[in-house]
Amino acid sequence: MAEKKVRFVIERQDGPNDKPYIQEFDVDWRPSLNVVAALMEIQKNPVTVDGKRVPPVVWECNCLEKVCGACMMVINGKARQACCALIDELKQPIELKPARTFPVIRDLLIDRTRMFEALKKIQGWIELDGSFESKEAPIQNPYTAQTAYEISHCMTCGCCLEACPNVGPQSDFIGPAPTVQAYLFNLHPLGKFDAPKRLNALMEKGGITSCGNSQNCVEVCPKSIKLTTYLAQLNRDVNIQALKNIFDN
Amino acid sequence: MAKDMTKKKIIIVGGGISGLLATIKVCELGGEVDLFSYCPVKRSHSLCAQGGINACMDTKGEHDSIYEHFDDTVYGGDFLADQIAVKGMVEAAPKLIKMFDRMGVPFTRTAEGTLDLRNFGGQKNKRTCFAGSTTGQQILYALDEQVRRWEVKGAVKKYEFWEFVKIIKNKEGICRGIVAQSMNTMEIKAFKGDTVILATGGPGQVFGRCTASTICNGSAVSAVYQQGAEIANPEFIQIHPTAIPGSDKNRLMSEACRGEGGRVWVWRNNPETGERERWYFLEDMYPAYGNLVPRDVASRAIFKVCEHMKLGIDGEHRVYLDLSHIDGDYLKRKLGGILEMYSEFVGKDPREVPMEIFPSVHYSMGGIWVDRLHNTNIPGLMASGECDYQYHGANRLGANSLLSAAYSGTVSGPEAMKWAKSGNKGSELTDAEMEAARQEVQNEYDKILQMNGAENAHKLHHEMGDLMYKYVAIERDNNGLDAALVELKKLLKRWDNIGITDRGNVANQEAMFVRQLRNMILYAMAIAKSARMRDESRGAHAKIVLENGQRKMDKDGELVFMGRDDERFMKVTIVNYDEKTEEPVVSYRDFDHSLIKPRARNYAVAKKE
Ligand SMILES: Cc1cc2nc3c(=O)[nH]c(=O)nc-3n(C[C@H](O)[C@H](O)[C@H](O)COP(=O)(O)OP(=O)(O)OC[C@H]3O[C@@H](n4cnc5c(N)ncnc54)[C@H](O)[C@@H]3O)c2cc1C
Ligand code: SF4
Ligand code: SF4
Ligand code: FES
Repeated sequence: MAEKKVRFVIERQDGPNDKPYIQEFDVDWRPSLNVVAALMEIQKNPVTVDGKRVPPVVWECNCLEKVCGACMMVINGKARQACCALIDELKQPIELKPARTFPVIRDLLIDRTRMFEALKKIQGWIELDGSFESKEAPIQNPYTAQTAYEISHCMTCGCCLEACPNVGPQSDFIGPAPTVQAYLFNLHPLGKFDAPKRLNALMEKGGITSCGNSQNCVEVCPKSIKLTTYLAQLNRDVNIQALKNIFDN
Repeated sequence: MAKDMTKKKIIIVGGGISGLLATIKVCELGGEVDLFSYCPVKRSHSLCAQGGINACMDTKGEHDSIYEHFDDTVYGGDFLADQIAVKGMVEAAPKLIKMFDRMGVPFTRTAEGTLDLRNFGGQKNKRTCFAGSTTGQQILYALDEQVRRWEVKGAVKKYEFWEFVKIIKNKEGICRGIVAQSMNTMEIKAFKGDTVILATGGPGQVFGRCTASTICNGSAVSAVYQQGAEIANPEFIQIHPTAIPGSDKNRLMSEACRGEGGRVWVWRNNPETGERERWYFLEDMYPAYGNLVPRDVASRAIFKVCEHMKLGIDGEHRVYLDLSHIDGDYLKRKLGGILEMYSEFVGKDPREVPMEIFPSVHYSMGGIWVDRLHNTNIPGLMASGECDYQYHGANRLGANSLLSAAYSGTVSGPEAMKWAKSGNKGSELTDAEMEAARQEVQNEYDKILQMNGAENAHKLHHEMGDLMYKYVAIERDNNGLDAALVELKKLLKRWDNIGITDRGNVANQEAMFVRQLRNMILYAMAIAKSARMRDESRGAHAKIVLENGQRKMDKDGELVFMGRDDERFMKVTIVNYDEKTEEPVVSYRDFDHSLIKPRARNYAVAKKE
């Protein structure tokens, strides 16, 4: 009996300014096969279904455990992590495309610099006095710590930006993930001190007012971060801050 | 703005926990950092660490002490770790935790809001701080944030998606810079630095499949080894007992599963009654520590049960790791992320059915030789984190390596600044020397682009992995190790016959992989040779006695392992690269073990002080 094959239809592109084209590959099926493992098989034998030997498909991955965020791509129309996309749970043939909300470097490899830049904008850090021991670990409300832990799982994968209708060339919106990170730092006993700065940054162009509350982001987040809940909370905090700004002036 | 020429420039390769902490230290001391990484540093391998980080916080009323942590580490490492270095690390541990907490690492709290602690293998007290089941991710992120802050201030320039290829030495042989290549544009460039720190993590990919990320290839370490840096103790490779076997990667099931009460078992027929029963073999073999025996002990026991007793699930290389007897809500709170991962990658819920696991290559105790301040034998070149050999001896305790990665960064950073300011750096690199170094790398790369042979690099890599697992993993013997060396040399030959399909000039991952693969083969040879030369068993290195060329068995049919031989081998393995033969040359070096006297390591009974 012929071995069971899985067909991949991959949108490729040779460089940032080249035209996309489609190539198809077959990979031998096996239990628990995922999209990254299949791409690795293609690396070992980069031959298309037409028997053409081609350069292996280029993509980004590191952890293969859905924790580093690197391997995000559009699989059967949905932005998600490739390393945990089990073949048996996908409709075949399987379509792979780069997440075009971001500039494409080559094939499925994209440039997510904008997400890291946005973290600068929202001042995504604690203003530490220095990397030394200065006091006992602050007592923290265990429930607040749990919320912080949830948000702190964000792996900057960009699924939520790819899914958000308001992120794109038409707007400056920094996107759901970096916005919600501001909430994380505002929760911390020391991070709180700079909450006004972060909220003010979110009032600016590209900040939270660009969110149209369409809820797409929360549905795709592979880390199940309750993005819209925190966006709503932030929206309130930003409004309160705006009022404060008026009175303080 | 005119550039401040008096500022010291430190090149840091690697943005895992160690590289990032070193970066922060350098910035705080007024230096500037060029930070190189395969990936955005926020995606570095450190984020895979699930279980936790050890520090004597003693928040559980157990009277845990720093001395106890010290002793557990030295004992766990089978007395091959420099004791002065270990002492420094365990003393600093609680301070580091308090700092991480201020930085925003969301450590799991107790009901009172203080730091929670959990059990980990090889330690009787609760000593492991954790942030749910993603401790490494949370610590890495906090450091990434602090480094971003310094980036905004202009003290850090990141070179993400750049591969380190080589160091550049001046005519006095002192390291003064590096050559690196952009992984997107393929541009090759030389960079000057007053000091270079390598913090490039572990070499797991040398074994093909491992628990580490795809970027943990040891290529950087191998590159500097070929340029004269000494590698120490590379034969000590930790095999983690509990991973989900996979063709792309072996996914780790954290030791925390055992820490939270997970039990390891297989079906067997009771030797007395003949009845079919669940055999909790770790509890049976090691009553004092039970399921919490250290990793090497657990791995060998699982291997024995599957390979020699043929009791693996369905006769295969798998045993059960069972959590299904523990309250589901408790598990979700304590191990949520890990359990989710199992469901996600295997499709079954570990709260309901026992997980199926097998040992996997996990961590390298060995690495670049460094002194206690993390200087390598090449002046101007330093190393910290998993890529160095310090702190763990022959075996690392769980949750001690996030600690060593962090601690070593706090040492290497300031030391790099000290060298930059007052070291004997010799002559500046001239433009001609910089260009010559660049050109050499360019030539090597251009040659790879022309490779036209019959071999596929990824297939060769796979073969190397199989070969390393077969001969250089859990059970070693000198026949197998000799065979491994012969096979590795053949692989090195076959590397020359690789053919490449990608000759493009954008993100050419294939060409880069070909270059890495050669480095990996040379690293593998250093591991195999060191294992061959060390005729004893110690920590993760377990060697079977040969008799008349056969594996020796005792009268019960059990394999006979060599014992620990302190007289001959309580020494650090040093490996130098022989340029002519391309082979590793092994020698031994004494180290400081003045504080705790060696005693036999036996986890069948409680540790004796
Ligand atoms: C699955 C897993 C779970 C673990 N769990 C725990 C745990 O619970 N507790 C614990 O204490 N330890 C744990 N460990 C071990 C621990 O995670 C690592 O030892 C530690 O994180 C290593 O940190 P590092 O900073 O040395 O290197 P890494 O985090 O590996 O970082 C290496 C850096 O170097 C860069 N790099 C490498 N080579 C090059 C090159 N040639 N050019 C440019 N850049 C390069 C990479 O991009 C990366 O930024 C675990 C390990 C694994 C695999
Ligand atoms: S809720 Fe806001 S951020 Fe989320 S997808 Fe909609 S517009 Fe984008
Ligand atoms: S919020 Fe979720 S989807 Fe968005 S980047 Fe973070 S992890 Fe990815
Ligand atoms: S490779 Fe890290 S998330 Fe998929």
